Amino acid sequence: MSRKLLLEKADVPGIRGYDVYRQHGGYAAVEKALRMTPDEVVEEVKKSGLRGRGGAGFPTGMKWSFLAKPPGVPRYLVCNADESEPGTFKDRYLMEFLPHLLIEGLIASSWALGSNRTYIYIRGEYAWIVDILEQAIAEANAHGWLGTDIKGSGFDCQIYVQRGAGAYICGEETALIESLEGKRGNPRIKPPFPAVKGLWDCPTVVNNVETLAAVVPILNIGGEEYAKIGIGRSTGTKLISACGNINSPGVYEIDMTISVEEFIYSEEYCGGIAGGKRLKACIPGGSSVPILPANLLLRTAKGEPRMMTYEGLSDGGFQTGSMMGSGGFIVLDEDQCVVRHTLTLARFYRHESCGQCSPCREGTGWMEKILHRIEHGQGRMEDIDLLWDIQRRIEGNTICPLGDAAAWPVAAAIRHFRDEFEWHVIQPEACQRRNFGLAHYAEELVPA
Amino acid sequence: MSKFTDDMRAEVARIVARYPEGKQKSALIPVLLMAQDACGNWLSPEVMDETAVLLGIEPIEVYEVATFYSMFNLQPVGRHVFEVCQTGPCMLKGCDDIIAHIRSRLGIGVGQTTPDGLFTLKAVECLGACGYAPMMQLGKHYREHLTPERVDAIIEECRNMSMA
Repeated sequence: MSRKLLLEKADVPGIRGYDVYRQHGGYAAVEKALRMTPDEVVEEVKKSGLRGRGGAGFPTGMKWSFLAKPPGVPRYLVCNADESEPGTFKDRYLMEFLPHLLIEGLIASSWALGSNRTYIYIRGEYAWIVDILEQAIAEANAHGWLGTDIKGSGFDCQIYVQRGAGAYICGEETALIESLEGKRGNPRIKPPFPAVKGLWDCPTVVNNVETLAAVVPILNIGGEEYAKIGIGRSTGTKLISACGNINSPGVYEIDMTISVEEFIYSEEYCGGIAGGKRLKACIPGGSSVPILPANLLLRTAKGEPRMMTYEGLSDGGFQTGSMMGSGGFIVLDEDQCVVRHTLTLARFYRHESCGQCSPCREGTGWMEKILHRIEHGQGRMEDIDLLWDIQRRIEGNTICPLGDAAAWPVAAAIRHFRDEFEWHVIQPEACQRRNFGLAHYAEELVPA
Repeated sequence: MSKFTDDMRAEVARIVARYPEGKQKSALIPVLLMAQDACGNWLSPEVMDETAVLLGIEPIEVYEVATFYSMFNLQPVGRHVFEVCQTGPCMLKGCDDIIAHIRSRLGIGVGQTTPDGLFTLKAVECLGACGYAPMMQLGKHYREHLTPERVDAIIEECRNMSMA
């Protein structure tokens, strides 16, 4: 049983409302934070080893310590709730069922960073969650946790919810800031980093929903205690949103001590592959991270059990590993077509490219076209190398990481499933009958 | 004639108040979403031009934003818009069959509106409901765990709503 810090009280009836949340120890972290200096709060987060839960995994305390503090210039905290990475739906769960946990984390973090105006930038499609958050904010205001001179601390803070309007790219922090300024979500060239020049050219910290919610348990139990959970530099707990061909899709909180095999097959989590089928492949950290065939997913290249940690999932680099990413865990059973799945992801990135950088704007379209013809029986053998060549020229050649995010899924699909691409070229009729010629991918995979 | 009623103007003022003095351009996306909801689920050039005036920005600043974000409709759409997710995780759970079912039930293709103006079918990219796939957005809410039967019930529900 994994230790739960975020979702521990998710099942308490009425926890969405202020009174029940408060009765169950809610807002204790804000009380504690306001008794500390802002720098002490930052120090506590540093000690916890918390890493950004949005996908990049950058140490949060370090990011906070980069925030410039020129006198007389406002600083802003922005919560990134633009959750749009395919496979990822954990922030939605947290906001929908535990809105006060996020608000509490935001107030404590705003105190630490000196943000008097804090924004939650939420993807526009989560329209009903805006109401839930605004209700929680109103309750927090009514009970003196927001507003002027919060609980006699002299600290003023207000939280506003800003809706996006449909753009994956706005999950990139500088695109998010542009969007919050009322512009197209075109990522900015860094440097300057938001910590120096962010929202309205003021120093800004942008953190993911789960990251900011995690500040609450960190303050409650202490950074050192939090850092004891997990393995190595993967401290604390992580929300994993599991989907695809599994028996129990959903959002799970894991302390980072379990293996991938346990996560997939244990009744506590995914409950195994649906319909008694075999595991073929998995994208463990949101659509951008490399897909792994079942054998490499469950065991590292060294033959050790692969662990559900930042280091475990990335063990072996991109040759034999993947990434923790956003925690969007997409499982493919033996009947799924990797070419078709990769095509949907390529279409996604083509649709979401902002169009600023040529390699991404043009390359994502080319990749979709080529995958489309391979999937639809018009592929040529040289198309596979062409795809490889295009993704390689996108990666690292764009302003923001969307280029990499578009390139990696295609690269990994070819790296590990090249014969499935070849089969599509040689045997298009068989593919139409859902024969992808590669049951062997699943062969070593029956759980012991 | 103004497309912005007094209530809408009051809402614009409430939105603008979320930002520091002089940063009212930040209100653009929330105001456009509000205006789209209030004006038949699409943004006419008149609505966009008036938004520019209300926020003290140039019309081009409104157009460039309205054309960037996928939730803004720049053409009229049906009264009920089915936005079915077609990205990987939904594909694994059979969204292609759901889209095919809706097409045959409504007799329209993706991107089209029924002649009676009741339904528009859109295929959209990931909506963050991957664990509850296949799914679609209908208005403000998500409809998840879709099956052909459930789709039929939703179509019926929409028809009844339109008759009421």
